[in-house]
Amino acid sequence: MTLTTDHSRAVADGAHSHGAVKPQGSRAERLTSFSLEDIPVPNGREEEWRFSPADRLQPLFQADLGSSGVTVQVTAAPEVKVETVARDDARLGTAGKPGDRTAVTAWNAFEQATVVTIPAEAVASDVTSVRLEGVSTDATAAHVLVRAERHSEAVVVIDHNGVGSLAETVEIVVEDGAHLTVVSVQDWAEGAVHASSHRARLGRDAKLKHVVVTFGGDVVRITPDAEFTAEGGDVEMVGLYFADTDQHQEHRLFVDHAVPECKSRVTYKGALQGSGAHTVWVGDVLIRANAENTDTYELNRNLVLTDGARADSVPNLEIETGEIAGAGHASATGRFDDEQLFYLQARGIPEIEARRLVVRGFFAELIHEIGVPSVEERLLASIEAELEKSMSVITGAPAVEAPTA
Amino acid sequence: MPTLEIRDLHVSVETKEGPKPILRGVDLTIASGETHAIMGPNGSGKSTLASALAGHPKYTVTSGTVTLDGENLLEMTVDQRARAGLFLAMQYPVEVTGVSVANFLRTAKTAIDGTAPALRTWGKEVKGAMENLRMDPAFAERSVNEGFSGGEKKRHEILQMELFKPRFAILDETDSGLDVDALRIVSEGVNRAKDNTDIGILLITHYTRILRYIKPDFVHVFVDGKIAEEGGSELADRLEEEGYDKYVGANTTVSA
Repeated sequence: MTLTTDHSRAVADGAHSHGAVKPQGSRAERLTSFSLEDIPVPNGREEEWRFSPADRLQPLFQADLGSSGVTVQVTAAPEVKVETVARDDARLGTAGKPGDRTAVTAWNAFEQATVVTIPAEAVASDVTSVRLEGVSTDATAAHVLVRAERHSEAVVVIDHNGVGSLAETVEIVVEDGAHLTVVSVQDWAEGAVHASSHRARLGRDAKLKHVVVTFGGDVVRITPDAEFTAEGGDVEMVGLYFADTDQHQEHRLFVDHAVPECKSRVTYKGALQGSGAHTVWVGDVLIRANAENTDTYELNRNLVLTDGARADSVPNLEIETGEIAGAGHASATGRFDDEQLFYLQARGIPEIEARRLVVRGFFAELIHEIGVPSVEERLLASIEAELEKSMSVITGAPAVEAPTA
Repeated sequence: MPTLEIRDLHVSVETKEGPKPILRGVDLTIASGETHAIMGPNGSGKSTLASALAGHPKYTVTSGTVTLDGENLLEMTVDQRARAGLFLAMQYPVEVTGVSVANFLRTAKTAIDGTAPALRTWGKEVKGAMENLRMDPAFAERSVNEGFSGGEKKRHEILQMELFKPRFAILDETDSGLDVDALRIVSEGVNRAKDNTDIGILLITHYTRILRYIKPDFVHVFVDGKIAEEGGSELADRLEEEGYDKYVGANTTVSA
């Protein structure tokens, strides 16, 4: 169940891809538009929707999304400026156009946007926290723009909690020389449905660390796009997800190497447990004809902890120039290994503790890559909570450790 | 005196064609402080005995009993057996990505003893045990068995045996694949454990080579799922000369 490909010595051959199924044409040809008419309601058989539960997303496909379903609260670092602006603010819509139906409904329905600006040269002394709290299940649109002006540095954490039915846009603009970390945490309550289009645009020598963490909610579908606009850009996309019974968690990434001398790294890891747990990871990377000396690598790993869970993983790499520094991808989905369990138990470690060790180990390196201590601690706690559920899935009883003999 | 008692043990493995019997009535008693070598040709069931005693889910005990100090081992889970004092040095130790050796050793020691080891003395103990086995201190920060050479894996198994201080240890072909230096280092570790504790050892091997370093009190020849002959260490010497031909009638020899 392992697929590894090294493209470091690949030659240009036009549209090149080897996912499980060949996508409809090149990512370069995929339609993007601000207009609802251009991107109609999908029937679920389209390439970008074929893994998704379209019926459960139906409310977010509609043009008449409201704005009352979520509240937004921001706690900003002292150096960081926060505004609530009307939808005609000229700064909005500069990080690219919507690429699918929920992105375009979100764009057309939001009334006000939250704009977080890190002023030029400013170095934020603390994490800036944006909290979206779902307060009703009315289908709602929301818009957040994070702008890191030239040579600024900051960490922005966007949290999603509560109940909700949300179509969201997160625009990320990283100007020349800025270093920005954006963390988006989806920790919704049961019943929540969330579709979010993250669109990032990087300037010259700009650096973006983009982190996605998905634990809660019935359906969560995040589509992060990153586009380089000048040389020296560097994007690191990290994702961590943990799907339980009947949860659908989908992450579809697109990195657009449109200019030379840029670097991208994508690392997503997920664990699944329980019947009907479904994760989807699609990683599209496009190296355009003039993007010489591109350096890219993407990795997806899934750990299936119980029967009845399904992980789909589709890396796609399109290379239109032979003059690249490196390009590769790897995808591996494995089951929790009975031999590992036996080895650890044979050292006296009870089953629940053995599973904890293995899952913590699976995520450990990735968590350390995030580089934001407060986020790392929360993640470890969330993983522990998920593992408590895992034991009740396995034993059919509440997670209680058996007394030792 | 604690004993590990195996009585008329029958074990099957699940195959596509149904259960296949591998052990056909094993009788063996190991007392504390004793070293028993089990020798035999490939496929005779030696490693099945090791795995079945530790409780590997692949094997089903169809009849017989195993008691450790009077307690029914077969009713215990794998981890309960380890906590009762049984240790299995595995032939093919498994990789555990992202779990450091240091973390693993401390977690296992805590599980076996029921309380966490005192931080300061434990650190020294681990360091000392690693030095004895000529293991680099950087080893403690590596993921368990990940990227370990064959020799490193076996040293890591013996390191655990020395640190966990089990009452009985089964060494499942710990000598296979080791060069002479590694074999000597690993054997020294086993002999240290014998000197320092009252450990009983069941040493499973295909070759007589390791018996030059670890002196067995008893040698058992394993053929076709049971013990075919028993004796003292002189039996090993004879096997080295004659091979297993006498038992299997095939062209099998014992390499030195």
